[in-house]
Amino acid sequence: MRPVAVPIGRWTWATLVQLLLLANTVLVLYPLVIMGLSAFKSTREIFRNPFGLPARFQLDNFLRVWEGTNFPLYLRNSLVVTTGSVLVILTLGTMAAYALARYEFRGNELLYLFFLSGLMLPLRLAVIPLFIELKALQLINSHLGLVCIYGAGGLPSAVFILTGFFRSLPRDLDNAARIDGASEAQILFRVILPLVRPALVIVGIYNLVPVWNDFFFPLVFIQDDRLKTLPQGMTVFMGQYSTEWAVLFVGLTLAALPVIALYVVLSRQFIAGLTAGALK
Amino acid sequence: MVRHLPVLAPPAAGGFRLSRRGNRALWLAMLLVPPALFFTVFVAYPIASALVYSFYGWVGVRRTTFVGLANFQRLLGQQPFQGWTINAFWHNVIVFVILLIIQDGLALLLAILLARNPRGTRFYQAVFFLPVTLSLVIVGFQWKLFLNPIFGIVNKLLRVAGLGALAQPWLGQAETALLALILVNAWRWLGFPTMVFLAGIRAIPEEYFEAARLDGANEWQVVRHVTWPLLAPAVTIIVILTFIGSFNWFELPYVMAGVDGPPNRSTDVLGLYFYRTAFGEISAGLQEFGLGSALAVLMFSVILTVSIVWTRILRRREVELA
Repeated sequence: MRPVAVPIGRWTWATLVQLLLLANTVLVLYPLVIMGLSAFKSTREIFRNPFGLPARFQLDNFLRVWEGTNFPLYLRNSLVVTTGSVLVILTLGTMAAYALARYEFRGNELLYLFFLSGLMLPLRLAVIPLFIELKALQLINSHLGLVCIYGAGGLPSAVFILTGFFRSLPRDLDNAARIDGASEAQILFRVILPLVRPALVIVGIYNLVPVWNDFFFPLVFIQDDRLKTLPQGMTVFMGQYSTEWAVLFVGLTLAALPVIALYVVLSRQFIAGLTAGALK
Repeated sequence: MVRHLPVLAPPAAGGFRLSRRGNRALWLAMLLVPPALFFTVFVAYPIASALVYSFYGWVGVRRTTFVGLANFQRLLGQQPFQGWTINAFWHNVIVFVILLIIQDGLALLLAILLARNPRGTRFYQAVFFLPVTLSLVIVGFQWKLFLNPIFGIVNKLLRVAGLGALAQPWLGQAETALLALILVNAWRWLGFPTMVFLAGIRAIPEEYFEAARLDGANEWQVVRHVTWPLLAPAVTIIVILTFIGSFNWFELPYVMAGVDGPPNRSTDVLGLYFYRTAFGEISAGLQEFGLGSALAVLMFSVILTVSIVWTRILRRREVELA
């Protein structure tokens, strides 16, 4: 019988709040739904009936894109580059953060600030020196070159987030292990790492999404079509099929799908991970 | 850099202790040298080089002679560079101001609504944040198709709603192109400030709200006198991040408009201008590493100076409001 007791004023407030939130939900989802539905239509149908359901859910467009274009190749390249970069960031970031957070030595603070200086400076503004350097190292037109840039560029945030986590673990943990005769490496791998797994997930997502989505560095460093990443491949694609909207919408939908699928499963980690830099 | 003496050495007997010390120095070196070296080669050294390069003349990718501030003088005082620089810079400022009002303002409203924990909060949070995870290239192309004057759904929706008079070639005319790009950016990013504001509001102790309500404050007064002042740290961060994002703008104008900032450079921003100067313009065939480096240094300086000064000012405001 509760609802009777609720004053009208509060009820209208709740409705108003719901209406506003629903309006924004539509604003966010509607364009994505239209994009997804258009992928099943023919170009003609998209022009004639952009809003309705497709007459029939045809998969011809998907087959055309998957078999007739370099799309699978772009996808694979993005997977290689992103996986490599995130692994480099997690490995090197953990090493540096662990040493900085758990050991006292001369220059510790200075080294920490050295890594953190990268937080304030957008790396893409250093693209000219990077271009010259990578050319000298013969890393132009190479996935390894991209992995190096992303790997190093992701270190400041990784060191920042992970050092905070490592510092929050009690000192007694490693001291106790040391007294038990564990080596320094054993302490890191057996005692500390299992405890910071959530932080590693945060750092991983914090870097995974921007690296997966990055367009700028591939644009500058990759010219060979067979080596292009997904966002970069999309521009090739959009140029090639500019009038065939059915194909374009399939491309866009397929390109958006991996991230959306992962997001549906891990949305809380995504939100925590991607806002990690803005929240202390 | 790695001449460190571990202080944390455990109390142990003579010779054993020495070797343990040596081991630990080696262990620290193993941990620190690879990341430090990697970071130096691919971040620190390139950033430092960008500054040095801006003082040199360039022929293609070859550095020639020291020219002092000549590159900067050309960018800021010599036509046509001066006009391009001012035009692009001005557009970045417009992008920042409009995003601050529309994107961050709307985000604040949504965060305040979500903080009341209405039914479905978790669902709304997940939905609002979704576009933030999508590639700007995908978002840009998607909206480019939607904004197509003839076949795009934006104009079609306007016609269906009886607002056909408002239908126009959004990206094709100088008056609307930049605004259209800004709105697409807001669509993509809205969830980010929303979640940061929401986390900020949730960090405010519940008693403050209760106390205000007990004192008879209405919804608006609670927001104005409790939420807003105590949200100051989140506001600081969002203002700074919006500023940095606006001055790094590149993907959306590149994908939706083009590398020359069409139509008629009405969507040109510093990011595009920098890319064109460094790696070549389709139309003009200009490619100059000296000018490009100088432009990068200018952008570095603006972003860094404004971020630091504003952080100071906004932090002071946090203290005053708290």
